[in-house]
Amino acid sequence: MIIGIGLAVIIVIALLWVAGAYNGLVRLRNQLENAWAQIDVQLKRRHDLIPNLVETVKGYAAHERQTLEKVIQARNMAVQAKGVAARAEAENILTGTLKSLFAVAEAYPNLKADQTFLRLQEELTSTENKVAFSRQFYNDSVMSFNTRIEVFPTNLIAGLFHFTRREFFEVKAEAERAAPQVQF
Amino acid sequence: MWEQIQANRRRSLVLITAMAVVLIVMGYAAGELIVGPSFGPVGLIVAVAIWAGLMLTYFSAGESLLLHGTNARELRREESPQLFNVVEEMQLAAGLPGLPRVYLIDDPAPNAFAFGRKPEQAAVAVTTGLLYRLNRDELQGVIAHEIGHIKNRDAQFMMLAAVMLGSIALLAEIIWRSMRYGGRARGRARSRGGGQAQLIILVVALIFAVLGPLLAQLLYFACSRKREYLADASGAQFTRYPEGLAAALEKIAQAAAPVSFANKVNAPMFIVNPLAADAETSSIFSTHPPLAQRIRILRSMTGAALADYEQAFRRTVGGTVIGPQSLRAAPAQTIRPPSNTGPILTRQDTRQVAQFRAGYIPITCNCGLQTSVPDNYERAEIRCLRCGSILPVPTAAAPIQPQTANRAPVTLEYHRTNRSGWESFRCACGRTVQLSPAFTAPRIRCNNCGRQIAIT
Repeated sequence: MIIGIGLAVIIVIALLWVAGAYNGLVRLRNQLENAWAQIDVQLKRRHDLIPNLVETVKGYAAHERQTLEKVIQARNMAVQAKGVAARAEAENILTGTLKSLFAVAEAYPNLKADQTFLRLQEELTSTENKVAFSRQFYNDSVMSFNTRIEVFPTNLIAGLFHFTRREFFEVKAEAERAAPQVQF
Repeated sequence: MWEQIQANRRRSLVLITAMAVVLIVMGYAAGELIVGPSFGPVGLIVAVAIWAGLMLTYFSAGESLLLHGTNARELRREESPQLFNVVEEMQLAAGLPGLPRVYLIDDPAPNAFAFGRKPEQAAVAVTTGLLYRLNRDELQGVIAHEIGHIKNRDAQFMMLAAVMLGSIALLAEIIWRSMRYGGRARGRARSRGGGQAQLIILVVALIFAVLGPLLAQLLYFACSRKREYLADASGAQFTRYPEGLAAALEKIAQAAAPVSFANKVNAPMFIVNPLAADAETSSIFSTHPPLAQRIRILRSMTGAALADYEQAFRRTVGGTVIGPQSLRAAPAQTIRPPSNTGPILTRQDTRQVAQFRAGYIPITCNCGLQTSVPDNYERAEIRCLRCGSILPVPTAAAPIQPQTANRAPVTLEYHRTNRSGWESFRCACGRTVQLSPAFTAPRIRCNNCGRQIAIT
């Protein structure tokens, strides 16, 4: 009798723990997916802003064709990239070309005084920051998620319900520095 | 900040119950003292009603109560896209569920605070003085500090405490006044020879009336100091750039203008104490830790993670602030380089936005004079007070144009040859224009004809 009650109590406690651990994992996974969606939104916004920026710059600095072509090329590559690692790399290249575009703009005072250009520059700078900050939050979430599914005893639950490790959205310093090689 | 969130939840509960107990005792005493003996239960019922009313106020009108007298106005995105961008960046960095609302307060003192019952419905308020003094990195630091308050549920606790504390202070005031003027009721009570129990209740009530508000305030301030450190730590963690917040705090300290609408109850909500001059050491009555100390901790951080803040705190102050569970969960972070961008709004722009929200239409004349008219101004034109030119009054529905849009188009160009000394050239109208060696702007306005001359 007493043993029976004891067993029942242990089973109930174990079930409660399983439920709690499972819910915790699901919550973390949702947070992670939400963070990824945020990065996605910001990247899309950046892709939408770039054609406008290129058009504005063309009006003042048409003979900087090479830089402009590079930006468009990098943008199209980034739009087509699939998968976390490939996208991260394409986006890093795009960031690099955008930097060189803004560096080129420094030489054109009339362009720098243009209201549309200023607005686009602010939007792009901020979008870049937003990408960086949402990536920061995404990577933090991935880190705690990966730790959680590998640490005992939650790894038992994770194995049982097929929670798998997630990839980080990495920024490689050398990729950011190197401009893409584009042939004209 | 797992511990902080738990602690705030616990504190909110303790605060609500403690306030209920204090109110009930005070209400009972008030009934006995003011109305007469055996009216205690009536006072008790009244007190319970007051407490229920308070909770209702907090849930329905807490925000408007808090913002009352602050002339805070909610901003729309198109009125200050850059400020909204900074807030959105920090919202993403903190992983908040929704974009906080943004309020602008027309006040020259630089300060900011966060409020809101839930992280989903949170809001940040900044003063115009803050906006034009800080550059982008610094503003980011301040907003990150405020978002930290929201994320740690401080904003929620602060609002609850502000509503509760305000009403207790009010009730204590009522008891004191009635005791001073209502001597007759007490005299009757004594002549009837009320029992010893009544006397004890009276004494307890007196103690509560004196100490209640004081104790509540001490508890409130003690929580407030620790939460400022924690919000600083989250600010550094979100921006990955502690120097931004440190520089902002320094600028705020230098400005040292008191906020006109601050009072004892809402003081702990601000990023920097809006009332008192900053002291070197913290006392039990201070709502905020000394600024110099906060800046020193931020500047001595070697990384941007919570663990780095904890280390820096141990070195400069001693003791711990961040709970072990949060420390274990937070990954290590390195500090990012500064972004080197200037203030996001000029003093003129901030004023225009603030005036527009207050129901005035800002007008900028080409001579540089800034003026404004009420948005129900019936005439279509106004004469500039300085130069006498007739200016069209923009309609209220039209969006605010940045100051540059009102300028005359560039008609001339002048190429500088000598940047180290004074230089002069002749405008097309014949007037001589002088350029000082310190002049760096891309254009200058001729004082005689108003032409804009580009300087290259």
